[in-house]
Amino acid sequence: MAGITAYGVYLPYYRLKRETIFKAMGWFTPGIAGHAKGEKAIANYDEDSVTMAIAAGMDCFTDISREKINTLYLASTTLPNKERGNASIACGALNLSPNTRVAEFSGCLKSGTTALITALNEPNSELTMISASDCRLGKAGGTQEQLSGDGAVAIAVGNEGVIASLIGYYSLSYDFADYRRMDSDKFTRSWEQRWIRDAGYFKMIPEAINGLLTKCGIQINDITKVIYPPLSIRDHRDLAKRLVLEPDKVQAHLIESIGSTGSAHPLIMLIAALEEAQPGDKILVASFGSGSDALLFQVTEDIKKLKNRNKLKRNLDYKGELENYIKYLSFKGMLAKEMGIRGEEITPTSLSLAWRERNAVLRLVGSKCKACGTPQYPTERLCINPDCGAMDQMEDYSFSDKTGHLFTYTADHLAYSEDPPALYGIVDFEGGGRYWFDLTDCRLESLEVGQPVQMTFRRRYLDEIRSVAGYFWKAMPFKG
Amino acid sequence: MAEGIKNKVAIIGMGCTKFGEHWDRSAESLIVEAFEEAITDAGIEKKDIDAAWHSTCFDEVNVGKSAIPLAAALKLPYIPVTRVENFCASGTEAVRAASYAVASGSCDIALALGVEKLKDIGYGGLPDFSQLRGIYNRQIFPNVTAPGQFAMLATRYFNRYGLSPEEGKRTLAKISAKSHANGALTPKAHLRRKVDVETIMNAPIIAWPLGLFDCCGVTEGAAAAIIVRADEAKAFRSDPVYVKALQIAVSPEEEYRYNKWDGTHVETTYRCGVRAYEEAGIKNPREEISMMEVHDCFSITELVIYEDLQISLRGRAKEDVDSGFFELNGKMPCQSDGGLKSFGHPIGASGIRMIYEEYKQLQGKCGERQIKNPRLGLTHNLGGFPANCVIGISIWGNEL
Repeated sequence: MAGITAYGVYLPYYRLKRETIFKAMGWFTPGIAGHAKGEKAIANYDEDSVTMAIAAGMDCFTDISREKINTLYLASTTLPNKERGNASIACGALNLSPNTRVAEFSGCLKSGTTALITALNEPNSELTMISASDCRLGKAGGTQEQLSGDGAVAIAVGNEGVIASLIGYYSLSYDFADYRRMDSDKFTRSWEQRWIRDAGYFKMIPEAINGLLTKCGIQINDITKVIYPPLSIRDHRDLAKRLVLEPDKVQAHLIESIGSTGSAHPLIMLIAALEEAQPGDKILVASFGSGSDALLFQVTEDIKKLKNRNKLKRNLDYKGELENYIKYLSFKGMLAKEMGIRGEEITPTSLSLAWRERNAVLRLVGSKCKACGTPQYPTERLCINPDCGAMDQMEDYSFSDKTGHLFTYTADHLAYSEDPPALYGIVDFEGGGRYWFDLTDCRLESLEVGQPVQMTFRRRYLDEIRSVAGYFWKAMPFKG
Repeated sequence: MAEGIKNKVAIIGMGCTKFGEHWDRSAESLIVEAFEEAITDAGIEKKDIDAAWHSTCFDEVNVGKSAIPLAAALKLPYIPVTRVENFCASGTEAVRAASYAVASGSCDIALALGVEKLKDIGYGGLPDFSQLRGIYNRQIFPNVTAPGQFAMLATRYFNRYGLSPEEGKRTLAKISAKSHANGALTPKAHLRRKVDVETIMNAPIIAWPLGLFDCCGVTEGAAAAIIVRADEAKAFRSDPVYVKALQIAVSPEEEYRYNKWDGTHVETTYRCGVRAYEEAGIKNPREEISMMEVHDCFSITELVIYEDLQISLRGRAKEDVDSGFFELNGKMPCQSDGGLKSFGHPIGASGIRMIYEEYKQLQGKCGERQIKNPRLGLTHNLGGFPANCVIGISIWGNEL
C-alpha cells in the first residue's frame, strides 16, 4: 500500500513580527491591527520557492536514499521560472538521477495536495518526492501581507517503510477566484474576505472532508487529527465548530508562527501532525484553493523508525528576527534603492558554461582522487594534492551533504550585496576538501573560526535584464 | 640551480609620474611622462631602445589590450613591444622580461613601462570585473573583493596567534601609520599626510577586520625603467643599479583548494623569497638587506610579508613592528616612499614604482627620506590573493 515514507521541512531563517508591519503600515491600513499578532517566516533575499523546495527535499535524506527517487514533483504558485524547468533545477541540486521524471504542480493553493494525490496513485513509481513551496507576496499594508508566510515541505511517497498509509482521497475543483494572480502580477489580489470565507472556505472544505468520509465509510469522530489550512485565525477556529470537531482534533494552524505558506501549508501542518502521531492514528488533511483536496492517512508502526521526527519543531525554533520592515521590502524586491554603480554591474550569465559545469554549479559535486583519496572541488583533471598530482583519476564526490568548518571569513562592505556587508569565507569539509563560499542566514558577530557549517542552495543573483537567476551553494551555520 | 640573473643587467634610467586620481589625464599622457623622465635620466634617446615590455592589468577600463597602446603613445618605430599581465605583479613581470632579453643579448637596451587608469569606472575600489577563470567565477565563487580576500588572512592570523581584534588591529595600524609618515615625505605619492594609530583603528570598516586605512588607495600612474647589460652600464652613468635577483612564483592553488594551507601566510611569497635569496646569494636576509618596498595592498599583507620573507619569525612580526624595526630610522626601513599605502596601486605600474624607490635610494637621491648607506634593496610585488597569487621579487644593489 502506497503511503508516506519520509518527510522534510524547510522554514527560512527570518521571522517578521506582524507588529513590525503594523507599525510601518498601520497609518495607511489601520484595519490590519486585528491581524497584528505573532510573526511570519520570511525567505531571505537569496531564496525563492525553488531553493526552499530543495532545502525541504534535502531534509528528507535522513530517512530515504536519493538513489531510489525516480519521480520528483514540485508544487507551488510562486515558481520563479515560467520556461526553464524549476523541477529540473531541483532535480539537479538534490543530486537526483537525470533519469528522474519531474513535473510541476501550480495554479492554485491546493497544488501541494494534488501533487501528493498524484504520487500516491502511481504504483509503479519506486519513490516519489513531492516538494511544496511558496512565497506569496501581498502588497504593503494589506491583509495578505500580514497573513502570508514563506516555507516549504517535502514528502516522500513509496511502498516500503511507509509511515502513514493512504486510506483514500477526494478532490473538488471550482473556479472560485478568491485569490488570484496573472502572468504579470507580483502581488496576490483577493475578493472580499467575507465572501471567501462564507461562500468558499466554510463550504468547500466541509464538502471535500464529508465527501472523503463518505467515500471511505468513516465518521469524523474516528479521525485523530483533522488538518485544514487557515484563512485567518478566527476563520480556522470557526470552521472547526462548523465541522463539529473537538478542539484537540484540530491541527494547529501555525499562522502565529509562520503565516500561511500557500500550497505548502496543509502539508506543513501534516508534518506537524505526524511529529506527534501514534501508530494507528487516522489523519485527515484538506487543502483549499480553487476547490479542495482531502486525503486520509493511517499512521503505521514504522513512524517510530524515523531518524528525526521533530523536523518542523527544529525549523520553528531555528530563527532570527527581521526587525526592519524596510529591509523586508527590499528582500522582496519592493524597494527601489540606490545600489551604486558597482551594484549595477551585472556580467551576463553564460548558460553554455553553466550547463558544462552543472556538476559543480548545480550539484556541488566535485571529485575524489582514486589515487590518493583527496576530495576536491571543483573537478579538475590533475589532483590538487601536491604529493599526488595524478591525472584523470577523479570520481564524483558530493559536497552538498557534507558538514564543513569555517576556516576563515570576512564581512565585506565593498562587495555588492543585497544584505550588506557581504559575508563569505573558506570552508574546510569534514573528510577533506576546501572551497570558498558566501555565508548566509547569519551575522558577522555570530561567526567564529572553526564553527560548523552546512551547505544550502541559494539564488546568487537575479539578472532581470536578461531573465536569468544564477543559483549556487552557500554555507550557513550548522542547523542539522 | 640555474646561474640566474644576478649582476647581468643594470638599470640606467627610471621614470615615475605622480600617482593620483588623474581625472584630466589619459593613459597615453602618463606613459609619455614616465618615459621622458626615464630616457632623460638614462641619457638616451627613443631610437636607442631595441625592445619594450608594457605592463597593464585592467585593460578594459582605459588602456586597452595588446602592446599597441604603448607603441602608439611613444611612437616606437616598429620595434618588438610585448604586453605583460600577471595581476598586480605585472610591473615586476615587465622588468623581468626586459632584463632577460637584455641578458640574453637579443637586445642591448630595453624598456619596461607600466601604466594603469582605474578611475573611469564610476565607483570606488577596483573594477568589479571577472578575474580568475573569467565568467566561470561568477557561477561558483563568492563576489569577493581584494579587501575581503586579505581580510580573511587577518581573521585567521588573529585567531591562530591569539590576538584580540583590538590587539591585531593595533599592530596593523602601526604598519599603516609608518607608511603614511613616509608618504608625507614623498612628493610623488598620492596620499601625503601622516595618520595616527587611533585614527586608523577607528576608521570605518571596509572588510572586517580591515578598516579604511588598512587598505591602499585606487590610483592612476605610470612608471618606467631602462635596462642594459651590467658591464655596459657605467658607459651610461656612474651610479647604475644592478640586479641581484628577479624571481616570479605562481601559486598552483593548493592553498585555495587543498586543506593544508594554514591561512596565516602567503606560501607563494615564501617560495619566491627563498629563490630570490638564493639567486642573490643572500644567506641572512634580516641582516643583509638594507631596505624593502613590499606589496602592502593591505596592512595585514605587509605583516605576513615580514614573516614570509624570513625577516621576522612566524607569528612574531608584531614584535618587529612594535620595536620600529621597519620604520624609516629602523634597522630595515620598509616602504620608505610610503608604499602602496601612500602611492595607491595603479596595477601595472606598482612593481616598477617600487623599483624606482629602491633605485633612487641606492643612488642616494631621496632627500629627507634618504636611508643611510643602503646596499641592497628588495621589492616584493603580489598579484592576486593570499591563497592564489603571483609573486614577483627583485633585489637590487649599487655595487657589482
